[in-house]
Amino acid sequence: MADRIPGRFDRRMRRRRLEGQIFHVLCLLSILVGLGMLAALLLNIFMEGWQRVNWSFLTSFPSRHPEAAGIRAALFGSIYVIAVAGTLAFSFGVAAAIYLEEYASRNWFARVIQINIANLAGVPSIVYGILGLEIFVRFLALGKSVLAGGFTLALLVLPIVIIASEEALRAVPSSIREGGYALGATRWQTIWRLVLPQAFPGILTGVILAVSRAIGETAPLIVMGALTFVPFTPDGPLSRFTVLPIQIFNWVSRPQEGFHEAAAAGIIVLLVVLLSMNALAVLLRNRFQRRMEG
Amino acid sequence: MTSPDTAYEELVSGPIPWVGRTRRWKRYLPERIIKAVLFFCSIVSIFTTVGIVSVLIFEAALFFQEVSIVEFLTNTKWTPLFASKNFGILPLVTGTILTSMGAMFVALPLGLMSAIYLSEYAPDTARQIVKPVLEILAGIPTVVYGYFALLFVTPILRSISDDISVFNGLSASIVMGIMILPMVSSLSEDAMRSVPRSLREGAYALGATRLEVSTRVVIPAALSGIVAAFILATSRAIGETMIVTIAAGQNPTFTFNPFVPIETMTAYIVQVSLGDTPTGTLEFKTIFAVGLSLFVITLSMNLLSQFIVRRFREVYE
Amino acid sequence: MAENCPIIETRELNVCYGPVCVIDQVNMGVEPNRITAIIGPSGSGKSTLLRCFNRMNDLIPSFHMSGSVLFAGEDLYDDSVDPTEIRYQIGMVFQRPNPFPKSIFDNVAFGPRVNGFRGDLAALVEQSIRRAALWDEVKDRLKDSALSLSGGQQQRLCIARALAVQPRVILMDEPCSALDPISTQAIEELMRELSNEYSIVIVTHNMQQAARVSDYTAFLNPREDKISELIEFDQTRQIFTNPKDERTEAYITGRFG
Repeated sequence: MADRIPGRFDRRMRRRRLEGQIFHVLCLLSILVGLGMLAALLLNIFMEGWQRVNWSFLTSFPSRHPEAAGIRAALFGSIYVIAVAGTLAFSFGVAAAIYLEEYASRNWFARVIQINIANLAGVPSIVYGILGLEIFVRFLALGKSVLAGGFTLALLVLPIVIIASEEALRAVPSSIREGGYALGATRWQTIWRLVLPQAFPGILTGVILAVSRAIGETAPLIVMGALTFVPFTPDGPLSRFTVLPIQIFNWVSRPQEGFHEAAAAGIIVLLVVLLSMNALAVLLRNRFQRRMEG
Repeated sequence: MTSPDTAYEELVSGPIPWVGRTRRWKRYLPERIIKAVLFFCSIVSIFTTVGIVSVLIFEAALFFQEVSIVEFLTNTKWTPLFASKNFGILPLVTGTILTSMGAMFVALPLGLMSAIYLSEYAPDTARQIVKPVLEILAGIPTVVYGYFALLFVTPILRSISDDISVFNGLSASIVMGIMILPMVSSLSEDAMRSVPRSLREGAYALGATRLEVSTRVVIPAALSGIVAAFILATSRAIGETMIVTIAAGQNPTFTFNPFVPIETMTAYIVQVSLGDTPTGTLEFKTIFAVGLSLFVITLSMNLLSQFIVRRFREVYE
Repeated sequence: MAENCPIIETRELNVCYGPVCVIDQVNMGVEPNRITAIIGPSGSGKSTLLRCFNRMNDLIPSFHMSGSVLFAGEDLYDDSVDPTEIRYQIGMVFQRPNPFPKSIFDNVAFGPRVNGFRGDLAALVEQSIRRAALWDEVKDRLKDSALSLSGGQQQRLCIARALAVQPRVILMDEPCSALDPISTQAIEELMRELSNEYSIVIVTHNMQQAARVSDYTAFLNPREDKISELIEFDQTRQIFTNPKDERTEAYITGRFG
């Protein structure tokens, strides 16, 4: 038998336990700081703005008098721009994801695009504004229009749609594809009839998140040249426009208290839209996960 | 005479004639076309990158024909919109560094500790509630945070100290830190959760406390993911626009003082875009030089983060 | 006559995934309307060989091969052959049941639909399910999700699905390895029945199963360099009672003993 090594353990259990408890509390506190800030933000905005949210606020044009100002132009502008951006980002994003996952997976081309998309997702949104200004507004001569704004936002959220769709496609077990091929289905038949229906909830979640990101974007549209004071609703794809976040920005930047209230009211409208979209996305994702496990 | 029933019996027992398999070209022509269309959609992202890079380089090159790169990088005054023009980007850079570092100062400890709580301490039900709520923080538009910084946080700060101006870097930093907190915490948590349970069990079996397991086993094992998350979040803070535009001011100042008005690179681009500077003038071209600098900085940080994830990823199993 | 004209035949078949080679120099023939079993230790490339028969390996990017595989006398890997065209003539059943997340009916109808079947789809589906000996169990719930079936039922549904495109050959990749003994027995009986009309190739790690159901057996075994070769291919009775190669005998007795 080996000799017992001289020495003793100083386990200091009481102290270690105390340290552990302090650490636990600190971790819990940091979560609570985040949640507390969220609560403060929502509460502050709600208190400031709730009495301004009414029908006339939604249907009035902006005004020099804070009490009369409304978000009609911004609301319509947002809807138009998002309709363009959402449609484009959805169709191009899902198509790109299908190509990358189902046709080109693992070759050098897919890797290059993959790295490219990861980097595009990290490009500051304001840089997309510069791109939109140069390419869509000037080079394609679309002017500072709804179309140019929609295109700009579509490019901005495209990586989000692609990445989410790729994940959803990857989650479809390969046995499903093999089953399809083994029955003589072509690649597209397998994708269209078997893979896409399975991946759809995941794809939809990604698209919803992308659209809600686009709805909240301010900086790229300012740089692209969206207006800040618009007393009209857009009358077509080439009309000039403003969007809700820019309207809010405009009001926040003014010194008068009344405009700050209008800004808070605008934020309430914006957040109600975004939070309900977020909730929808979370709901879809949970259902999706349950189905994949079941 | 066969009754309908026996005819049916024959049908279901005998071989069923293959009435017309689709002809080859009818199946394969669409396949080809579909593949080509999908391919085209996937290279839109390449076009985007090429577009961004070429626009920024082309326009910035025009700018640098009139202003030397040395002046751009070393002059400590940025006054392109004034009568006496100076084109030194340093004040915008210090403004950007001040606010993004300030934001990380808030987001780093809070985000990391939140991640530890969610990954190591929180019961499952708490996690399922807290995570989506934190995701809401990430989904709030930045203009809303700008409002919050200027009209809620700044008044509180000013009631604490009279030295703080209406526009200041501090308030913007704090709120920006809250904005990127969910990003730090969810990416770090992902990294921690991918540390295998067997590693934790090994440490617990040696009598380690939860704190010791978290800080000595889980965090070291997840370090590359956590560092990558920090870098990504910093890059995000550098590129953030609306909070700093609204709350930090539009005074390019070569300072790291968080109490005075400053201007970041992003806020400057917004300032020019909102103003009436005619396109094509030297003043307007400044936004491309600033935009290029911004793009280069954020891109290199993103690449660094990806490199760290790939290079130092621990492979379990 | 059937003895002289194999429906699938391999000549000097080598298969590699990237730099890793799996099987080498395989020469064998699959007789029509017989059951051919492929046995061998795990990792000996049984499934790889099977997947050469309907070009499922084409889906793996690093796959490459030399030699040839003939189907009814024609080269399966000829440039003019489209793998999709092959796969409805050579059906496949996988190791784990993989029903699509659709109704039972739609699962079986999938193959006919994508292959442009015009005719009485309901009758074709019914016939296929009947032939897979599943009809009585599912006839009242064809609209239910296929995922609601038990594992054994799911596997028979996958067989019905393969039958619905009227293949000439059915490949089965360890079709019973995920099933309980009773379901296994049902599938084996089904295979005997189907062998009147179809040529069946089954990969199995279960030697009793090979001995019970197959007419011919091929034994694959890895060499020193980890690349597998075909040690022996003969009538099942011959392989199990009087193997010519000592490695075959060692493998069989080792397992039985």
